Amino acid sequence: MIWWLRQSWTFAGALVLFVALFTLYNLLHPRGFSTAVLVQNANESVAITLLAMAQTLPVLMGGLDLSVGAVMTLTSCIASELLHGGPVEILLGMAVTLAAGAMFGFANGLIVVYGRIQPIIATLATGAIAIGLALLIRPKPGGNVDDDLNWALTNTVWDFADTYGLADGGDATWLQPFVNIPVPLILLFGVVVLVWMPFKRCVTGRTVYAIGSAEGAAFMSGLPIQRAKIAAFTLAGFLAGCGGLYLAIQTASGNADMVQAGAYTLNSIAAVVLGGTSLLGGTGGLVASLVGAFILRVISFYFRILDIDPLLQPLVEGLVLLAAVSVGAIHALRIKNRLELFR
Amino acid sequence: MSALASIRPENKPLVIAAGFILLILLVGTAYTLATTGTAPLLQPAYLMQQLQIGAFLGICAAGMMLVILIGHIDLSIPWTLTAAAMVATAVGGGWAIPAAIAVGVAVGLVNGCGVAWLRIPSMIFTLGVDTVLRGLMVAQTGGFAPPDTATPLMLALAKDRVAGIPLALFVWVLVSLAVVLLLTRTTFGKALYAVGTRERAAYLSGIRNRAVVVGAFVGSAVCAALAGVLLAGYSAKAYQGMGNSYLLPAIAAVVLGGTHILGGRGRYAGTLLGVILIVLLNSVLSIMQMPEAFRQIIYGTVIVGMLLVYGRGNRVTA
Repeated sequence: MIWWLRQSWTFAGALVLFVALFTLYNLLHPRGFSTAVLVQNANESVAITLLAMAQTLPVLMGGLDLSVGAVMTLTSCIASELLHGGPVEILLGMAVTLAAGAMFGFANGLIVVYGRIQPIIATLATGAIAIGLALLIRPKPGGNVDDDLNWALTNTVWDFADTYGLADGGDATWLQPFVNIPVPLILLFGVVVLVWMPFKRCVTGRTVYAIGSAEGAAFMSGLPIQRAKIAAFTLAGFLAGCGGLYLAIQTASGNADMVQAGAYTLNSIAAVVLGGTSLLGGTGGLVASLVGAFILRVISFYFRILDIDPLLQPLVEGLVLLAAVSVGAIHALRIKNRLELFR
Repeated sequence: MSALASIRPENKPLVIAAGFILLILLVGTAYTLATTGTAPLLQPAYLMQQLQIGAFLGICAAGMMLVILIGHIDLSIPWTLTAAAMVATAVGGGWAIPAAIAVGVAVGLVNGCGVAWLRIPSMIFTLGVDTVLRGLMVAQTGGFAPPDTATPLMLALAKDRVAGIPLALFVWVLVSLAVVLLLTRTTFGKALYAVGTRERAAYLSGIRNRAVVVGAFVGSAVCAALAGVLLAGYSAKAYQGMGNSYLLPAIAAVVLGGTHILGGRGRYAGTLLGVILIVLLNSVLSIMQMPEAFRQIIYGTVIVGMLLVYGRGNRVTA
């Protein structure tokens, strides 16, 4: 335990910060803790959380993906066109949406690996392409998303079972302990367990960490660097696609909004850093970014229950972000040998 | 390709960017000749007007280049620009422009100190500063465009012409000369390259790394503030989000001009060509009345395509 704390004190700090913020939020909330509020909070956190997870993979390699917000926008526009009709059509639409995200990430990976262009600038350019494609698909905001799907995925487990008539319409005894859990949280949990855990443990996943720590050493150890880079960008695109899919389902529409895409991208970087993943690469992980994204969202939830002038909101948001990263960086002032600071 | 291979590597970006500018002009002219039978792109008056608009981007890019050369990035440009413009119009009178520059210096100092002393990645620290500046301006103005108008001097700098050449262009040229002198003739300029190449080595050879980093960020913020003053003069007032469309094009211009995004390499002439390339590309696309969707796609494809030709990094071998 102590060993773990020493290894990942930034993540532990982020976790403590989130728990403290979220507890205080529920204590201050006029109606106290309730499932309805939890469901709403969870719904509003999913897109940015998935995007922060997507951003984590390039960051672990010491790069950045400036196209995640744009890919999310693109995939949400695709999803807003496809997610209606019969069950087969909807499932197919989901598959196409996720595949589009993954394909875009794969293209990013190819450009970075075989084009040998710095990820930050390559994805800046591909992000513009993604926004362009999104505008082609959906020149005006709108869309057609299945109502049942929208309801089932943005509410509690009971509502999900009720909508699709599973487990006696949600009243089965074995389901009772879980009925109040919001479906979006289960989806996030599913992504972590089914996608991230296996990836992190396989050679490709370990190589992603190795590239971030020391790319030269990873190369000399015979690790599959190129494969890992392409896989990481593909996975980032896939996760951004998950975010876009959920955003389309949640809002029942798609919107090719360039400003919103940019804001999502920048917030995803902020969430990754808040979670404790180093922008230099090599340390951190998807779960850390999940916590980071939650912190970012909880801060904005406070504006609703506290009587803060809406005009001051951006200022408070910015100050909190600066304060959070400054506290994390204060140890830089205590380092005796200044040479250790420089790379 | 043999002609291309004989060009020295550091000149390659310049030659290709210049070639691409000619290509844009040719394609644009061919298009206008085919559709309307005129060639506005080749008329000096039209080019002057485009360069006048390009001056705002050019000044931002000049500042951005200083920061990129040390291997950092300044994401606070949009709201530094807006804040400076708003302060300038609010102060008014003879102190308008000095006040705007002071805003730039202050923002640069904050950015520089956060990056140099706290060692917070510039990507995240300048993003935070950008958000705080936006917050300050929104709180100050109530989220609307402030009613103050630009001073006569600001209007003149942005719009007036001397001997047919816009004054804004002179400002851009002066900034460019200052940056070129800074980069090639001063120890500070050499230190920028040294810090960008290898921080440790720079520190061990007696360069005061922190001062250099702070200096670069102050330079970037002052340039953004100056662009804000001109832009406020051009549109006669300051407004929310006036700087939003200058961040990514500025980065793209610097990188297309051959400056390495991780720092240490790059020449100002390249940045200049990069700005002209982006401005002309935009103007040709708007002449063609290209929908926004295709504009974005072309924009992205051009950046990737050009970098594939000359921006490729080295293979990692050890």
